[in-house]
Amino acid sequence: MSASPTTAPDLAAEYSLRQTRSRAGEKVIRGILLAAAAVSVLTTVGIVLSVVIPTISFFSEIPVTDFLFGTVWTPLFANGQFGVLPLISGTIVITVIAVIVALPLGLGAAVYLSEYASDRSRRILKPTLELLAGIPTVVFGFFALEFVTQILLVRIFPGIDIFNALSAGLVMGVMIIPTIASLSEDAMAAVPSGLRDGSYALGSTKRQTAVKVVIPAALSGIVAAFVLGISRAIGETMIVTIAAGLEPRLSLNPLQGMQTMTSFIAAAGSGDLSTGSIEYKSIFAVGFLLFLLTFIMNIISIRLVRRYRQVYQ
Amino acid sequence: MPDEPVALQLTHDLTTGRAQSVADEVNNVVFNLADLRVSYGSYQAIRQVSLTIAKNEITAFIGPSGCGKSTLLRSFNRMNDLIPGARVEGLLAYHGIDIYGPDVDPIEVRRRIGMVFQKPNVFPKSIYDNVAYGPRVNHIKANMDDLVEECLTKAALWDEVKDDLKKSAYALSGGQQQRLVIARCIAVRPEVILMDEPCASLDPIATAKIEDLMRQLALEYTIIIVTHNMQQAARVSDRTAFFTAELDEDGIRHGRLVEYGPTRQIFSAPQDKRTEDYISGRFG
Repeated sequence: MSASPTTAPDLAAEYSLRQTRSRAGEKVIRGILLAAAAVSVLTTVGIVLSVVIPTISFFSEIPVTDFLFGTVWTPLFANGQFGVLPLISGTIVITVIAVIVALPLGLGAAVYLSEYASDRSRRILKPTLELLAGIPTVVFGFFALEFVTQILLVRIFPGIDIFNALSAGLVMGVMIIPTIASLSEDAMAAVPSGLRDGSYALGSTKRQTAVKVVIPAALSGIVAAFVLGISRAIGETMIVTIAAGLEPRLSLNPLQGMQTMTSFIAAAGSGDLSTGSIEYKSIFAVGFLLFLLTFIMNIISIRLVRRYRQVYQ
Repeated sequence: MPDEPVALQLTHDLTTGRAQSVADEVNNVVFNLADLRVSYGSYQAIRQVSLTIAKNEITAFIGPSGCGKSTLLRSFNRMNDLIPGARVEGLLAYHGIDIYGPDVDPIEVRRRIGMVFQKPNVFPKSIYDNVAYGPRVNHIKANMDDLVEECLTKAALWDEVKDDLKKSAYALSGGQQQRLVIARCIAVRPEVILMDEPCASLDPIATAKIEDLMRQLALEYTIIIVTHNMQQAARVSDRTAFFTAELDEDGIRHGRLVEYGPTRQIFSAPQDKRTEDYISGRFG
């Protein structure tokens, strides 16, 4: 270190507070980490732009009201109609079935794992459950079509379509159980054990402790798990494409085939539509709507999580 | 009760001479322990505890860390049942009934023998709902508003919270939370209150309030308190049990009861050298 010759050199050297080593590595790391963060942000911006631009162009030809409130979806026909309601109804019917299956089973599994299971069975069961989340959705799709529809459902509902919303919804529900169960269990495991002790010490049973203390205390995490599960159901594509058919139908009857927003995008996107045609642009309009829906779901979940958040000391 | 004669018989068989002499001078016996041992898996945390706990008295358990006093306290209301591998042997009789007996429901035990913990573990609910929780889960028929007021009054908290009953219990200070936990505990009308270092996370002023409260509560309840604070034991308790951690012949560390007697005697004229060393601060 060079001390100024006009001051006492020994003292200046001994008590110098200047930086003694260059920290170039720090800057390089900072740059790499920033780039890593930027990639995902820029990709998101790119996706939004690439969806929004054809969507605007789509709505310059088709009025927004025709799109949102039209009841017939036949984009690939000559003089096709672009009423998106059948796709929305298909999405909602299948998602609702999935949620009816997944919420009670997912929460039940989480309560069992967190409150009832012994350490040993939890160590075996939880990874097994999470394995279910690793099965490719295309496999679930064929399971829905080949097993659930053709072996189970045809016996219970003889008039059921081979492609139907029910099998897709049921299997989709099974698919999102691990998401809901695993995240809810994480939230319940994070509840301080002192709260459980307090409840048991007052003469509560396991059930009372789970329902009245642990679940309320973990509610923000459980709600977040539910919303994530529902978002996955809305965005799920392969199961519905394979098991629910490709026929847009404005109906609430789950025994019929239906098309969802995602399965339309997958089917139309893999066809041979000419770039720039109105049919081609309709894919982006539907995609944009799907994006809006999941975006709204995420905002709701963030609000809910904030509202129920509990701070533990 | 068919168990009773058997349990009492066991007491006489197993009680050591020293505990017996204490039992003789204790009139209203609530608990009678004879050769009680608590172990986790193959590890015995505390051994050979024999003592009696008297009604409407405050009994303090003191001793260095690792002497098993908290473990022992959690045996009184079967909270150790919740720890996998925990096992209690010997006799722990509540009014002559072995609380580890085959016909005993741990939930009923915990309703009669309440517990206050080291950290004020209020539930993420309103002040009112915290107090009402125990009566609700136990289906106690009562006018809930009156019961909540009664318990908060007994816990010396009513005046501070009566206008905020619907507020979250997390809005209270640590000392207030601990008094809320005491109110919650007495709402199920227990006979005994176990306190596991109830002032360990409180400042001196809040601690003084809890200690005053304990003296009040002792008129109605039987209290057992585990404390690290010897002055606290000396201030509030009627009887004191001193525990220590020792090595056995195989070099395994375990907790043992060294001396048990009236608090005044333990602090002024301890019979055992180890108690004297601990009390005077030479050890622990």
